[in-house]
Amino acid sequence: MGKLVFNTAIIGYLGASVGYFIYLVYRRPVVSTLAAAAVGLALFAHTVLIGLRSMETGHGPYTTPFEVALFLAWLIVVVFFVTEWKYHIKDLGSFVIPLVFVILLFSGFLSQEVILVEKTESQYWLTLHRTLSALGYAAFSIAFAAAIMYLIQEHQVKSKKLGIMYFRMPSLEVLDDLNYKVITIGFPLFTLGFLTGAIWNVKMQQGLMSWDVLKTWPLVLVWAIYALVFFGRLFAGLRGKKAAQGAVLGFVAVISTYFLHV
Amino acid sequence: MAEPNLVMVGVNHRTTPVEIRERLAFNRGTIEASLEKLVAYPEIVENLILSTCNRVEIYARVTNCDTGIDLLKRFVSEYHNLPLSELNKFFYCYRDERAVEHLFRVSSSLDSMVLGEAQILGQVKDAYSTARALRSTGMVLNQLFEKAFSVAKRVREETGIAERGVSISSAAVELARKIFEDLENHSVMLVGTGEMAELAAKHLISYGVKTVYVASRTYERAVKLATDLNGCALGFEQFKEELHRADIVITSTAAPTFIIKKEMVERAIHQRKNKPIFFIDIAVPRDIEPEVNDLENVYLYDIDDLESVVNANIKEREKEAESAMGIITSEVVKFNNWVVALDAVPTIVEMRNRAENIRRREMDKTFKKMQHLSPEDQSAIDRMTSTIINKILHKPTVNLKKQTQSQEGHVYLKAIRHLFHLDD
Repeated sequence: MGKLVFNTAIIGYLGASVGYFIYLVYRRPVVSTLAAAAVGLALFAHTVLIGLRSMETGHGPYTTPFEVALFLAWLIVVVFFVTEWKYHIKDLGSFVIPLVFVILLFSGFLSQEVILVEKTESQYWLTLHRTLSALGYAAFSIAFAAAIMYLIQEHQVKSKKLGIMYFRMPSLEVLDDLNYKVITIGFPLFTLGFLTGAIWNVKMQQGLMSWDVLKTWPLVLVWAIYALVFFGRLFAGLRGKKAAQGAVLGFVAVISTYFLHV
Repeated sequence: MAEPNLVMVGVNHRTTPVEIRERLAFNRGTIEASLEKLVAYPEIVENLILSTCNRVEIYARVTNCDTGIDLLKRFVSEYHNLPLSELNKFFYCYRDERAVEHLFRVSSSLDSMVLGEAQILGQVKDAYSTARALRSTGMVLNQLFEKAFSVAKRVREETGIAERGVSISSAAVELARKIFEDLENHSVMLVGTGEMAELAAKHLISYGVKTVYVASRTYERAVKLATDLNGCALGFEQFKEELHRADIVITSTAAPTFIIKKEMVERAIHQRKNKPIFFIDIAVPRDIEPEVNDLENVYLYDIDDLESVVNANIKEREKEAESAMGIITSEVVKFNNWVVALDAVPTIVEMRNRAENIRRREMDKTFKKMQHLSPEDQSAIDRMTSTIINKILHKPTVNLKKQTQSQEGHVYLKAIRHLFHLDD
């Protein structure tokens, strides 16, 4: 059952990625509708999968790297749908859904062993920490996609080589605004996630000194990159290309941190 | 109706110089009078006149293609008092599928001087509604033109034929809209009052730009253009201080050297907290130092850049026109099938053959079983069954013939073919 649902989600996202890409290049409205339907189907399967997994483990999807990947991919799709609904940037799907597909595909190679946890107070902090961080990461993923689109579009306008993407992709202003909005939402969530994580750590190990340096410092770096983008925009007029580069750099740091954690 | 006998006779910007075209043009009043005159000819069943500044074309359904074409040519020549011998070298004439294809190309803007321009479709629609109101079109031309509109829509939606700007000012507006999403909350500054700059500014204003600044070496000219554009005039030295207020700057002065330098723009962009500026330099020699484009959040296009964008866009449109031709070819085939299906006679013959075959088969079976029937009995049964068949099929045949002359004729034919299973 779980395998079937997992495969449905994977195939749904793969189909949608291909569909969005075809739409990006060939502009057939029917293809984008089909792609959106495929994402809807995949998200449904994905939700069922998380539900099944939670029933099996008796807790939310935050404990093993497999569960975290599953949950993060799910959140990205949800945030993507909200963004789509607000911004109507259909081509965002060409950049976001392949990312979701890759994360889910990758999660398939992770151990699916069930870890049972006791319901202690520190466990609540951990749940809170992982939910908030995952929301932050999901927002950062959308910011990453918007930033990639911004950099492609900016390069075309700047170099005066206006290829097919120039006509297909939205304006720089919209992409920059999207980047700004999702980071403005994602950064505080991520910060709260970071703090709740610290509280959990203190509760578990009675002290900050015992922190695993290899695991913590990359997170501090991630936080610092997004803090720079966030406060830079707020106070120093950081925008456009630099903000986009920051969002890309931040996301690369997020991915590296994830692998260090695993 | 065995043959649709569709013909078209016309002249356009490619075949005919403007001096002749303007003499052949019809205006609204003369179109109505001409349509009525034409439809009064017994040879002309339906007709429609399309007259724009680039083309004059008459589409007609006639009783015979050759005489129809001659008649239309003669009509044009007599109506406009130009000798036919002189006009003959300008006319192009198409019949049946070729006429259909030509109309589809015209309404999809593949035959226009500027490939993909939107105006022609509106003009074809006007011509159609004028003719339709006068009832000079009927079943075939109505279907043909309705089809032409849906083909044009398909071409516009499924190809990029209309997607790219093919004039300097439309390419500039397109760029502005790829840098700033919504032009409504953005401002434009004109430095210099050149004609092209004015044109581009007007184009931007039509896309919603509300705030306009105009600076010129002669203050009076700045004031005059600012009044025209509902904007605000600036002194020539003043614009340098106000540069940061502009999202889009269009320069067109006759200055021999650069008047906007990198440092100046750097200052402005800093004042704007890095909000982008789009510079359009249409002056020759150029007004803006090219290094300005190296600054982040600054985009500079000079006249050559815009021209090469336009040229690339024209090439793209030509490529898109090829895929549009694919759509048109398949739609011509569809229309042709519709026309062929209008012909009731083969369907009636097939329907009758089917009934006759059943009758013969059943009669043979019966006669084999009933060996005692005399030849007289057999021929009586033969006559009786034949009469039954004829009486049953009589009304459907008559009604079918009648209905195929109407607008919904093809629906009846389709239903009959389906009900009697004639297409297996």
